Amino acid sequence: MEAAESEARLERAPAAERRRIPLVEPLIFVLSIASALALWELVSRTGLIAERDLPAMSTTVEKLWSLAKTEDFWGAVGHTVRGWAVGLGLATALAVPIGIALGSSDFLASALRVPIEFLRPIPSAALIPLLFLTLGTNVKSEIFLATFGAFWPLLIQTMYGVRDVDPVAVDTARSFGVPRFERLYRITLPSAVPYIATGMRISSSVSLILAFTAELFMGLPGLGQKVGFTELNGLYEELYAYALAVGLLGLAIHLLSTAAERRALRWHPSQRLGTT
Amino acid sequence: MTPRAYRVAKVGAEVTVPLAILAGWQLWTAHAGSQYFPTLWTILKEFREMWLFSQFGEHVVPSLERIGLGFGIAVVVGIALGIPIGLSRWARLWTMPHIEFWRAVPPPALLPISIILLHSIENRQKVAFISFFCVFPVLLNTIDGVRGADPTLVDTARSFRIPRRERIWRLVLPAAAPQIAAGMRNSLSLAVITMVLAEWWSSTRGVGYVLLISKNTFQMAPMWAAIVLIGLLGYLLNVLFLLAERRLLAWHRGWRAAEGA
Amino acid sequence: MLEIRHLAKTYGSGDKVTHAIADVSFTVEDGEFVCVVGPSGCGKTTLLKCVAGLLRPTRGEILLRGKRVTEPPEELALVFQEYGRSLMPWTSVRNNVLLPLRHKKLSRLERSRLVEDSLASVDLTRFIDHYPWQLSGGMQQRVAIARALAYQPSILLMDEPFASVDAQTRGDLEDLVLQVRDEYGITILFVTHDIDESVYLADRVVVLTHAPTEVKEVVPVDIERPRDQIATKELAEFAHLRGHVARLVRREQVATPEGVEIPAP
Repeated sequence: MEAAESEARLERAPAAERRRIPLVEPLIFVLSIASALALWELVSRTGLIAERDLPAMSTTVEKLWSLAKTEDFWGAVGHTVRGWAVGLGLATALAVPIGIALGSSDFLASALRVPIEFLRPIPSAALIPLLFLTLGTNVKSEIFLATFGAFWPLLIQTMYGVRDVDPVAVDTARSFGVPRFERLYRITLPSAVPYIATGMRISSSVSLILAFTAELFMGLPGLGQKVGFTELNGLYEELYAYALAVGLLGLAIHLLSTAAERRALRWHPSQRLGTT
Repeated sequence: MTPRAYRVAKVGAEVTVPLAILAGWQLWTAHAGSQYFPTLWTILKEFREMWLFSQFGEHVVPSLERIGLGFGIAVVVGIALGIPIGLSRWARLWTMPHIEFWRAVPPPALLPISIILLHSIENRQKVAFISFFCVFPVLLNTIDGVRGADPTLVDTARSFRIPRRERIWRLVLPAAAPQIAAGMRNSLSLAVITMVLAEWWSSTRGVGYVLLISKNTFQMAPMWAAIVLIGLLGYLLNVLFLLAERRLLAWHRGWRAAEGA
Repeated sequence: MLEIRHLAKTYGSGDKVTHAIADVSFTVEDGEFVCVVGPSGCGKTTLLKCVAGLLRPTRGEILLRGKRVTEPPEELALVFQEYGRSLMPWTSVRNNVLLPLRHKKLSRLERSRLVEDSLASVDLTRFIDHYPWQLSGGMQQRVAIARALAYQPSILLMDEPFASVDAQTRGDLEDLVLQVRDEYGITILFVTHDIDESVYLADRVVVLTHAPTEVKEVVPVDIERPRDQIATKELAEFAHLRGHVARLVRREQVATPEGVEIPAP
């Protein structure tokens, strides 16, 4: 059971002996994006891909811009963000305490190992038909789905984090007579925080995907519903605009989670590991 | 509690808890009589009838095919691109903005677009959809693994005048293998779910399709049987992968264990 | 055979310049055993990497048998301090030693023979099919040495190879290197921070200053060979030389300024 989340590993820069002018990096960043956008525009305008099938970059951006001036658009964004946030919040509220309990108690972890191993790989989206029929096509389903999906990665990461605490630190505290709860609070938890931060980053993206998926397949208000609707009615320009909007939202959330994770990881000894 | 008693209790719990949950399920559903939650027994019967083996060929095989192809393509592309990007700082600077963007897009957002662009709802559209998103875990992990190749190892190879291509093939790639394997595992579970989503959107065959149809026709037992199958599929694929990984990367565990000592 | 002429190496530019090596010059004759010592941080590893062609010097040049070194030369082999990271953990000791030979124009039989011979020289024949990490630190370093030997270099560079090994094993490894030198007749350039080790092994000891590094003094070691871990270290001559080198290094160690500007040449 290896949760080798590579994205959380600090990059080990190759032994470079040259210094680059710091300006070059942002320049390449801008150029890279600009050229991709230009390529998009070109491919569409020249008809390499029919403009109906792939609206030009400029058209799409314009469309998105005009949509962004409507309340309706932001309403949809708000719904999706709410689904994401509540899903992530609930998942955290459940997964962290349970994860701590399971991480601290070998017995509990063993007892629940099999159920967890079986429930974990169930792709949450596969539950949508079930939710259709039981909770119904309303926001409750969306929240349930997002929570269910986001719960598992966070649970596993929290468990790992609690287990990974340095036994020497814990033993030292015990020898000084520090009571159990305080040991948990002062030593175990801070040590587990980086893992939890990584878990939240993963869960954050899962929660967004599931909120969106629920909206798409169940027609719940939100960006997912917009994508479904525009596709159904052949409004391809809007479709692309909404898809772009979702992409940007996803990116924003990803960057936010990654930044938060980095901060939490910074002081952790594993990040100072470097090379032996 | 003596250590021995503790161990016995632990193993006991490990066995009884799942059984208790299953028994609980059976009892509750039988008692509650909800039409949406058939009894465990009903589900198992339906499972056996559907998947073993009457509808296996018609639905399970196409789904497995899609997963297999999608995953396979993703791995090949992910590694093939990941190596040069991981080795070149310039390539990384240029491509990372794009990689970071596309991996953050929720896959279902591109379902309609994939159909529009490819003008098809045939298998190739689904495979393309699956492989597109499954590339990213492999790609990112390959990049990380390649970058993380120990500089001492690389210097050693350079001092022995080993040509670049050999260095990559014989040193960088094996050194990155554990990381790439982790990425592949993530990619595999992603393949299962993107397969289901793709089938829901535009398919007349496959496990995802069966799931959808059962819901539309209010056939609970088949729907549950499909859910169980999907979960099982994900689980089995993961286990198989881990077994293969254990074999091929046995050296890694040994090495890590020796280092930690 | 090896000539280092006015080698200089600087990192960075503008304000953040680090003058690792200011001006180092010395020679190594064919078949000689030369040790390089100096205070910590005096750029010993940087020096070795430049000689090995892994780093490009900022100024100066390195000549191996009269030819400039711009990339790792064919007759040169390198042994690093961190054996664990220079050996491939996914394959056997045999394949590790075989790695550098794949590109030499040799038949399979010859390669095989070289691998077996070099492992025999370091007394590891029994472990030829083990994984490197299954061996102890000292043994792993011996694998690295065997690998360098199988490559049949005319000059061997060693970068503090025994620093990560326990003291008893170190003595055995030191003797192994001497033995190997006699057996194969190769030239050795050996970097270390262990002064006793440097005097024990060397024909000459090059003492470096602190950064920005220059050659402080080259000390000839005239103690007769073969050397012995106990007998040689009992000699008055040994104690005297060792003391001399130690004092030189100590003086350098006390004053270690950072970021000193070297005077324009």
